Amino acid sequence: MPKVTIDGKEIEVEAGANLIEAARRLGIEIPHYCYHPGLSIAGQCRLCMVDIDKAPRPTIACNTLAADGMVVHTETDRVKETRRSIMEFHLINHPLDCPVCDQAGECWLQIYYMKHGLYDPRMTDEKVHKPKAVPLGPHVMLDAERCILCSRCVRFCDEITGTGELGIFSRGDRSEIGLFPGQDLENNYSGNVVDICPVGALTDRDFRFQVRVWYLDTTKSICPGCARGCNIDVHVNRKRPHHAGGRRVARLKPRFNDAVNAWWICDVGRYGFGSVDDESRIRFARQRGQDLTRDDALGLVIAALRDHAPDEIAILASADLANEDLFALRRLAEHRGIRQVAFRVPPATPAADDDFLLRADRHPNSRGAEIIGLDGDAAAILARCRAGSIKVLWVIGHDITAAGWPARDVADALEHVGSIIYTGTNDNGTSALATLVLPLAAWVERDGTFTNFLGRVQRFRAAVEPLGDALAGWDLFGRVLGALGGPVAGGRAELWFRELARTVPAFDGLSYQSIGDGGAMLAGAAPTTAPEPPARRANAAASVAEVSR
Amino acid sequence: MAETVLMRNFGRADSHTLASYRGAGGYAAWDKAQTMEPAALVDEVKKSNLRGLGGAGFPTGMKWSFIPKSHTGPVYLVVNADEGEPGTFKDRYLLERDPHALVEGMLITARAIRSALGFVYIRGEYVQPWRRFSAAVKEAHDAGLLGRGFDIVVHRGAGAYICGEETGLLSSLEGKKGWPKIKPPFPAIKGAFGQPTIVNNVETLCCVPPIIERGAAWFAGLGTKTQGGTRMYSVSGRVKQPGVYEASVSITLRQLIERAGGVSGTGRLKAVVPGGGSAAILTADEIDVVMDVDGCRGAGTMIGSAGVIVMDESVSIPEALLVLARFYAHESCGQCTPCRESTGWIEKMVHRIVEGHGRKDDLDTILDVAKRGGGTTICAFYDGAIGPYISYIEKFRGEFEALCRS
Repeated sequence: MPKVTIDGKEIEVEAGANLIEAARRLGIEIPHYCYHPGLSIAGQCRLCMVDIDKAPRPTIACNTLAADGMVVHTETDRVKETRRSIMEFHLINHPLDCPVCDQAGECWLQIYYMKHGLYDPRMTDEKVHKPKAVPLGPHVMLDAERCILCSRCVRFCDEITGTGELGIFSRGDRSEIGLFPGQDLENNYSGNVVDICPVGALTDRDFRFQVRVWYLDTTKSICPGCARGCNIDVHVNRKRPHHAGGRRVARLKPRFNDAVNAWWICDVGRYGFGSVDDESRIRFARQRGQDLTRDDALGLVIAALRDHAPDEIAILASADLANEDLFALRRLAEHRGIRQVAFRVPPATPAADDDFLLRADRHPNSRGAEIIGLDGDAAAILARCRAGSIKVLWVIGHDITAAGWPARDVADALEHVGSIIYTGTNDNGTSALATLVLPLAAWVERDGTFTNFLGRVQRFRAAVEPLGDALAGWDLFGRVLGALGGPVAGGRAELWFRELARTVPAFDGLSYQSIGDGGAMLAGAAPTTAPEPPARRANAAASVAEVSR
Repeated sequence: MAETVLMRNFGRADSHTLASYRGAGGYAAWDKAQTMEPAALVDEVKKSNLRGLGGAGFPTGMKWSFIPKSHTGPVYLVVNADEGEPGTFKDRYLLERDPHALVEGMLITARAIRSALGFVYIRGEYVQPWRRFSAAVKEAHDAGLLGRGFDIVVHRGAGAYICGEETGLLSSLEGKKGWPKIKPPFPAIKGAFGQPTIVNNVETLCCVPPIIERGAAWFAGLGTKTQGGTRMYSVSGRVKQPGVYEASVSITLRQLIERAGGVSGTGRLKAVVPGGGSAAILTADEIDVVMDVDGCRGAGTMIGSAGVIVMDESVSIPEALLVLARFYAHESCGQCTPCRESTGWIEKMVHRIVEGHGRKDDLDTILDVAKRGGGTTICAFYDGAIGPYISYIEKFRGEFEALCRS
C-alpha cells in the first residue's frame, strides 16, 4: 500500500486512491468541482491542483494516484495562486445571482470563492447568456448560466443510471448542459443530479423558492419509501414556519452509506415525504367524527381489548412501524393472548423492484415485522371478519378499502365487524369508516429503527415534534399495554429497543450505540454492500459478452 | 536546395493513382519492410531522427516504442489528417496528390507496432482529399496490399479544430464528443476504444517509406542534428508565391520567405508566424531562425505544423490577433475551465481594443489571464492559444496601446 506525504503528514492508503481521497483522510480538503468519488474522473474543472515534488508545475489531484514516496503540497504559493486563477475563470461568466439562487448557502462557488478566491474582479465585458429556468424533467430545473460545466450530472446519467439523457452541447464558453432530443430527465434517480451539482445550475423543482437553506436543520434518518432503507438526511424548516406554506419537512437528501445506498436515493423515496405535512394528517383522536382527548381515546382502546375475548380481536399491523413499535405491539398481543395479528395487506397495484435501489416492497420494515413475529395471515383475518367472528378490528396505517383485496369482500368484512379502530398518521378510506381513530407520529417525528430486507437494522431520529396528540407507535401501544397491566419497557424508543434485543434472538447484541449512524446487521445476516449501479452492471455484462465472443 | 522527398511524386501525371505510384517505385519500401522485424523498423525510424510533423515534434520512433510489449489485444494505428492549424495546408496536398505514400507509410508503421487496423481521421472540410485517399485505399485493397493483415478505415471529421488534438481525435473517432482525454493514460497505453494506439500525422507517416527504402542515415543527414529529413512548409500571407514548399528542416525562415518569392504588399516585412496560428509571432529581426523543432524553440516560438504566415508592414497586429482570438474562442472545446472561460474573455477584450474601446490595463489583463491559464488544462490547445496572445502584445505593444484610450 502506497505511503504518501501530504503537507508534511504521512499516510498509507490503498492502491488506487487518488490524492484528493488520500488528503481527505488526513483532514486536508483539496478543493474540487468535477471530481466525485462515485463517478469517473473528468479532470476538467482544474481546481484540485497540487504541487508534487519533482513535477514541473501543479498537477490535478483527482487524476493522480497516490504513489509510494510521493510528496505533495496543497498550500504552496503557486498552488494558491493557481486556485485563485481557476476560481476567477469559473466565475467570469457566472451571473452572481446568489440573492435569488436556491443554492446560496450551500454553493461551492460561494464557499471556494471565500476560501480560495477573494480576488478583485476584472471582468467588465458582457457575460455569456444562456437559457435559464429550463425544466429538464419532473423534478429538475436547469439554469445554464450558473453552470460551471463540471459534467457530474452528465456522468451520473451515463455511469450510474445508464439512461444518458444529458449531454454538454456547443463549445467553448457557449457550452451548456442539455437534454438529448426527445429525452426528459425522468429516470427514477433524477433528483441525485441536484445533489451532486456543486452550484445552482440544477435545482429541485419541489424545493425551489420554498425556504433558504440556512434556515434548515438536518437530522439523520432512513428513507421509509421501500424495504431498502436508504440512508438520508431530513432537512426541516423550524426557523421560518411561515415559509413554504407551513411545510416542516423541506426535503430529503441522501446520506452516504456504502453498505446500503452509497451516495444515491431514488425519486420515489426522495419526493415521498409529502404526507408528513399533508392536510390529511390526523392530529387528534376522534370517535365517529367527534374529537376526543388522547386519554379518552386510549381508554376506549383499552376497554375494547379488555372487554372482548382474544379471538374476537384482530390486529392488522404495519410494516411502516418501527421495530420498537412492532415489539410493543407484540407484547400487547401476547399479554392479551391475541393471536390474530398480521401485517401483509396486499397493495392494490403490486409494485416491482426497479433496476437499482427501489424495492417492490414499499414498506421500510417488513423484515422487522416478520422477525418480531407479527407475520400472521391477513387474508384469514379478513375472512374471519366476514364470517362475523371478529368484534374488534384494529387497523394500523393500512387503507384496506384501497388494498389488493376485492372491494366487496372488504365492505362485507367491515360491515360484520363491531368496532373498527384505526391508528395511523393520515386519514384514508379506512379511517373514514372507523369507529375510533387515533393519530400516530410520522417517522420524522420520533426515534426508532427499521430492519431492511437484507437484515440491516438502521436508526432514524426525530426531526420535528409530533403533530397534535400523535404518539409514536411504541408509546401508544405501550400505554395500552401498561393500562392492561402488561410489562412496559419505558418512555423512550431506545428502552423498547433494548427490550427487543433481549427478547428476540435476531436482535441479540444490538443497541442504539452499536447501530450508530451506519446501521448493523441482524445476528446471522451477511454484511451488505450498496448494489452496483445499472450502468456499471450493463458495462460489465457487455465486456463479458465481448470476451466470450 | 535539399532533396525532394515528400513531394517527389507531385509532378507526375495522375500521381494519386496506384499505377503512377508504382511507376515511381512505390511500395518498394513496403516490400523491403516485410523482410524486416518490427523492432528493426522501429529502430530504423528512431535512428532517422524523424519527429512528428503535426505540431508537437515528438520523436516518432520513440512514440512507437511506447506500445506495451506484453499487450496481446488489438493495437490501433490512427492517422491524424484533421489538418486544422491556421496557416497549414500540407497534408491536404499529400492526401490529394500522393495518397499511396500514406497507405504505404501506414503499412510499414502497422508492421512496426503490430497493428492490424488503422483509422484515418480526415478533416470534414477536406472533401477532395477524402475522395482521393478513399480511392487509394480501395485500389490498395484490390491490389492485395490491404486486407492481408492490415486494413484501413477512413473516418471524416465534422469540422472541429479540437479533433486534431490526438486524444480529442480519439474521442471523436469513438463516436463521442471530441473532447481531449486526461493523461495519463497516454494513447500508446490506452487509446482508441481503450486499446494501445499510435496517433501520427499524415506527413510524418509519408516520411516512413523513404526512410525504410533509403536508410535512416540518409534521412537524418537531410536535416539538423536533432531532427532528420525535410518537411513541407505551408507559406501564406504577404508573400509573392504562397504555397507549399519542401525544404530541409535546416532552412532558415529568411530563406523560406525568399523561396516563396519574398514579401509582397508593401514589400517590407513586419512579422511572421513560423508554425501555424498557435506559434508565437516573430518580428522582422527574428527570421534567421532555423525552421526545425529545436531552432524555433530556441527562438521562443515553435515550428508546430510549419504553417508560415507572413505579414508585411500594412498588417494590423491587433486585428491579426483578433482573428486568432476569435478562432480560439470559437474552437475551444469547453471542457477545461481556464480555456473555456478565458478564450472568450480575451476575445472580448481584444475585440474591444480593436473597436477603439480598449483601456491600457486591458493589455496587462490579457497577458496576466493568458499566463495564469497556461499549463493548467488537459490538452495543449490553450497553451497554443496563449502563444499568440502573449507574443503579439509583448512584441507589438505600441500598436495595441495606440488603439486604447489613455
